[in-house]
Amino acid sequence: MNEVLLSAQRLTKRFGGLAAVNEVSVDLWLGHIHAVIGPNGAGKSTLTNLLSGDLAPTAGNILLGERDVTGWSPERISRAGLGRSYQKTNIFLPFTVWENVRLAAQSRAPHAARWLARADRFAATSERASRAIELAGLADRKNRIAGTISHGEQRQLEIAMSLATAPQVLLLDEPLAGMGTAEAERMVQLLLRIKPDHAIMLVEHDMDAVFALADHLTVMVNGQVIASGTPAQVRADANVQSAYLGEGVQ
Amino acid sequence: MSTPRSHLEVLPRSLQVLLAAALVVLVAFPFIGTDFYAQTIARMMILAIFAMSLDLLQGVTGLVSLGHAAFFGLAGYALAFLTPAGEPVSLWWTLPAAVAAAGLAALVIGFFVVRTHGIYFIMVTMAFAQMVFYLFFDNKVLGGSDGLYVNFKPAAVLFDLEDKRVFYYFTLAVMLLVYAFLRRLLWSPFGRALSGIRVNEHRMRAMGFTTFRYKLAAFTLAGALAGLAGYLWGAQTGFVNPELMGFQMSAHAIMMVILGGMGNFAGAIIGAFAFEYLLLWFKDLPAVGAVDLGKHWQLWMGLFIVILVTFAPRGLLGVIERLSRRKEARDE
Repeated sequence: MNEVLLSAQRLTKRFGGLAAVNEVSVDLWLGHIHAVIGPNGAGKSTLTNLLSGDLAPTAGNILLGERDVTGWSPERISRAGLGRSYQKTNIFLPFTVWENVRLAAQSRAPHAARWLARADRFAATSERASRAIELAGLADRKNRIAGTISHGEQRQLEIAMSLATAPQVLLLDEPLAGMGTAEAERMVQLLLRIKPDHAIMLVEHDMDAVFALADHLTVMVNGQVIASGTPAQVRADANVQSAYLGEGVQ
Repeated sequence: MSTPRSHLEVLPRSLQVLLAAALVVLVAFPFIGTDFYAQTIARMMILAIFAMSLDLLQGVTGLVSLGHAAFFGLAGYALAFLTPAGEPVSLWWTLPAAVAAAGLAALVIGFFVVRTHGIYFIMVTMAFAQMVFYLFFDNKVLGGSDGLYVNFKPAAVLFDLEDKRVFYYFTLAVMLLVYAFLRRLLWSPFGRALSGIRVNEHRMRAMGFTTFRYKLAAFTLAGALAGLAGYLWGAQTGFVNPELMGFQMSAHAIMMVILGGMGNFAGAIIGAFAFEYLLLWFKDLPAVGAVDLGKHWQLWMGLFIVILVTFAPRGLLGVIERLSRRKEARDE
């Protein structure tokens, strides 16, 4: 068995009387992609926000490596080694692609608060940014303004920015949303490239991609986990078939 | 690196040439202009330092402070308190002391205000500044509503600030240093992080930046630089009063930054000069019949800024840049 890098135990988030996430447990292993699927409103994004520190859980614990990071701020969790991307593209639109990624890389550098040196003169930061851009397949878009590249490229940029912070754990919230077939295929290839070095949680609606990528599958409905296991086990699960997957995946 | 057009962070060559030409005029002015105008320009330069300090918050970090004058005024008062009634006091320790006092006040106030966002930040900075204003306004010990005199300009040993020309060049040198410092800071890791906070603070936090600390550092630095301007103001006018830290003063600084163009510091300088020039010009308007146009200068200033912001949101610097680009296009 691979190493567990993130373990969420019985996480619950209530908004008033509604339990958006109800006693959900998820483990993420190094070198594995753990896909979380479920219909709209199942609580997938809320789960992501709990794990990244954007929301504080009502109950339950989150272990990142050895540390209990429950209730930590997003910046602290990020520095502890967790990176995420967003369902709605969340980048620095007026900046160049390079500056988006360089800034992300800068967050890991001890010089992050230097006042008088030029930001692009720090070799380690620039290298980390270059590697992330290369890995995400955006090398030829480096100098473009982020707001002017295609939607698919912006999704790649999201990933590049996460990678530039050198995380061990990656939470990807619908990286394929709104992509055409060719773009989606590129993204699948990208995720396969980064998979060996990361523990990845993938929230995704594109079932072809999910079954192509996932080592482990968790199905959520109404804030609860109704099934969890290998793709084959989940596919065979009667609950899942009636509640979510329907006829399409048979 | 970023926002080449919208914020003019990278100044096009045409603007650089223009700024260099303006600098030549500033250097030569005490020899070609009258004493009165040289003093007016020295005052514009002091306000330019003030406007640049606000631009660090407003244009770069995206924090609109309606209380920035508090730090300007505090440093002016610091000079007034430190200057004895009968003799001048040394610039070499009072200047750093006044700047440090303003910076410290900004650090304390900033600790509370940078936790807030948007409209709340605007309100809370204004509330703090009003508190400082009334603290001085209502306390006879602190000068009360009449303010305090600074009987002597600070003594600098190496040069005599009582000499108006020397004071002029000293102010010019300080303005250039502040500009050079802030331009450098803009491209530093710290400056890039501040820009990132302006554009998307949420993502900055998700990437691991403790944005609170960055904003607090920016607020403190901006307060200290506003103090530098306030100190010079006190030294030049020989008089400080609560108006210096008042709401109007803060609002004027915001208008200067918007008028010139935000986020690149050159715009703040141009804005400060333009604002002061327009102010004098509007005040000089003649009376037409029973209506004294000059008396209503704030009306004309308001109108002018509304029109400018509507048609040229990047301010005067943006207008100049557009004109020069059009000219280049014609010349080719």
